[in-house]
Amino acid sequence: MSNAPALEIQGLSAKVANEDTSILKDLDLVVEPGQIHAIMGPNGSGKSTLAKVLSGHPSYQVTSGEVLYLGQSILDLEPDERALAGIFMAFQYPVEIPGVSIANFLRTALQARLGHGEELDLFDFQDQLLEAMELLEVEPSFAERPVNDGFSGGEKKRNEILQMAVLRPSLAIMDETDSGLDIDALQVVSKGVNSLHKQNPEMTILLITHYQRILDYIKPDLVHVMVDGKIVRTGGPELALELEKQGYADWKISS
Amino acid sequence: MPKSELVENLDLDNYKYGFVDPESHVYRTKPGLDESIVREISRQKEEPDWMLKFRLKALRVYESKPMPTWGGDLSDLEATLKEIYFYVKPQEQTERSWEDVPDNIKNTFEKLGIPEAEQKALAGVGAQYESEMVYHSLKEEWSSKGVIFDSIEDGLKNHPEIFKEHFGTIIPIADNKFSALNAAVWSGGSFVYVPKGVHLETPLQAYFRVNQERMGQFERTLIIVDEGARAHYIEGCTAPVYSTDSFHSGVIEIVVKKNARFRYTTIQNWSNNMYNLVTQRAVVQENATMEWLDGNLGSKLTMKYPSCYLMGRGAHGSIMSIAYAGSGQHQDTGGKVVHAAENTTSSIISKSISKEDGRSSYRGLCKVLEGATGSRSNVECDALLINETSRTDTYPYIEVDEKCATVGHEATVSKVGDEQLFYLKNRGLSEEEAMALVVRGFLEPIAKELPLEYAVELNRLIELEMEGSVG
Ligand SMILES: Nc1ncnc2c1ncn2[C@@H]1O[C@H](COP(=O)(O)OP(=O)(O)OP(=O)(O)O)[C@@H](O)[C@H]1O
Ligand SMILES: [Mg+2]
Repeated sequence: MSNAPALEIQGLSAKVANEDTSILKDLDLVVEPGQIHAIMGPNGSGKSTLAKVLSGHPSYQVTSGEVLYLGQSILDLEPDERALAGIFMAFQYPVEIPGVSIANFLRTALQARLGHGEELDLFDFQDQLLEAMELLEVEPSFAERPVNDGFSGGEKKRNEILQMAVLRPSLAIMDETDSGLDIDALQVVSKGVNSLHKQNPEMTILLITHYQRILDYIKPDLVHVMVDGKIVRTGGPELALELEKQGYADWKISS
Repeated sequence: MPKSELVENLDLDNYKYGFVDPESHVYRTKPGLDESIVREISRQKEEPDWMLKFRLKALRVYESKPMPTWGGDLSDLEATLKEIYFYVKPQEQTERSWEDVPDNIKNTFEKLGIPEAEQKALAGVGAQYESEMVYHSLKEEWSSKGVIFDSIEDGLKNHPEIFKEHFGTIIPIADNKFSALNAAVWSGGSFVYVPKGVHLETPLQAYFRVNQERMGQFERTLIIVDEGARAHYIEGCTAPVYSTDSFHSGVIEIVVKKNARFRYTTIQNWSNNMYNLVTQRAVVQENATMEWLDGNLGSKLTMKYPSCYLMGRGAHGSIMSIAYAGSGQHQDTGGKVVHAAENTTSSIISKSISKEDGRSSYRGLCKVLEGATGSRSNVECDALLINETSRTDTYPYIEVDEKCATVGHEATVSKVGDEQLFYLKNRGLSEEEAMALVVRGFLEPIAKELPLEYAVELNRLIELEMEGSVG
């Protein structure tokens, strides 16, 4: 198990549940523990769908293929079981939970990670939360705000990474965390992610983005291009620069 | 697990107050109601003649009024009322010392945590068992300042003038069928007087327990908050689970005088065989504030619309309510405000949750009389439906006879969204935890106003109710 990749996707096909629309088409991807992989691709190519299928979203149905996380299949696991196993998704469109403060939410989420009868130490929790808030440069009062309710686009994205900093996943899927962040915020958030990665070099990151800019801060080991539900090309960081110049025209015609 | 399956498996057998204690009473009337029973209640209480006359008049009004055809389903109530006991006397007198309460009754309240509650931050405690207040006490600190906190019967005996000045004036006999019934057979409840300028720093609490099967409880409470005074009164209620129906119909009359401030909190957690038809009204005088905080969690059917009559200029009324309708329950609740003077303000915030075939209805009236210039009222009602068979309705009535007044009304209906559940599960919460968190968040604006024990209790209830079939 120690030699298993963090994530190994084999011939994965998925469609919208109760519909015929297939979105992921025989997709393969291997990510070694601690690696950072970027996924780029045109709108509608299936990037968010991939993220949600990996997280167990009930709207999608896997029609064939396999997903191994640290060598174990996760396709039969419920979303919360995957989360407890260490998989985290930073949402492209974070969801509002009115009346529930970020602090309360994170406390509940950490409590859920403990065994039956174990109580979360509230002082430890406070420390963890404060540390995460410092890392992401948010005011302490931020944690008292209801989750995403009335947040600006950038605040929502920052909140996703704040949660990631507290929950410490071993596989983080970041879906367009950069869109909506201003230039300064992008730097803060990237710095935060890098620091988490440094603290836990085993943390694997799948970073979905449209823009090369975030990759200047968070250096990917590999960049994949996803078109029409599959990976069509893989390369080093220079691939992102190339895409920035040329776009996806080549693949669109051929597909 | 699909949400619908989860929801179907939420079970309601979690009611922890449903235990039955052995019957215990020194006297009870025969089942059903007639004039002899009204006379007997009055005789047992050694009442002055005017009160007997008041009761008999009320009985005639009650008999003359038809059953309401609006609100909840009352079609079985007529039959139920023929079977229930209208008066059950558990002991001879209201005790001032907890030691003197008979053991079996004491045990019941101890199981409910009542004497403990007294130790905590409360100014006074009352406990009603069946038809009578078995215990009433007020801390010396407050009685020495002239505060009165008595059973309603002792209020009538010991403070006849102030009692008679207000009793039955805020809610007249003929207000509705059930206020008339209460006026005929009332028994138990509190009498509270807070003198001018006295600020009660901690709440008064009264606890109502029905133990007897087929019981009718008809408490009557009268509260007078004199000029510039402040107080908070908390009422809690529970009953055993029986297969037959029980009935509770209280009348709560409140006067909040000039510059005074009063809050009345109810956490009603009756068992699901209880009809709960209550009339609550406050008259609010110049620059005074009245706040109703109303939590309806239990009962089979509740029909209850706390009201504020804003009689003096600058008076303010606030009604905040939470209703929880689980399977087989109908919560028909809301509020009523009447703006009868200049620059009066009011706000109604109502939040309801319906689960399975539970039904919650918001029914509200906002009335602005001519001449109540500069008055403002705002109504907000939000309903949360847990699953497809849950139901909610809104019946807002607005009557504005004054041009220079602002009345706002907003209503929302929402469901626990699949995306919300997925988001929370992605952070490691189980489906039940996720549901409970969303529900708690929905109630938060009102729950944060509740006294701590009740807020904890509410959270516990939500968690139990959201518990599914995992495992
Ligand atoms: N639940 C759904 N029902 C129907 N169609 C869906 C659903 N989810 C995704 N799709 C479709 O699948 C395709 C892929 O969507 P997805 O959101 O994965 O794209 P994306 O690559 O993340 O795009 P973007 O870059 O715009 O975020 C789109 O055509 C989308 O409309
Ligand atoms: Mg997307």
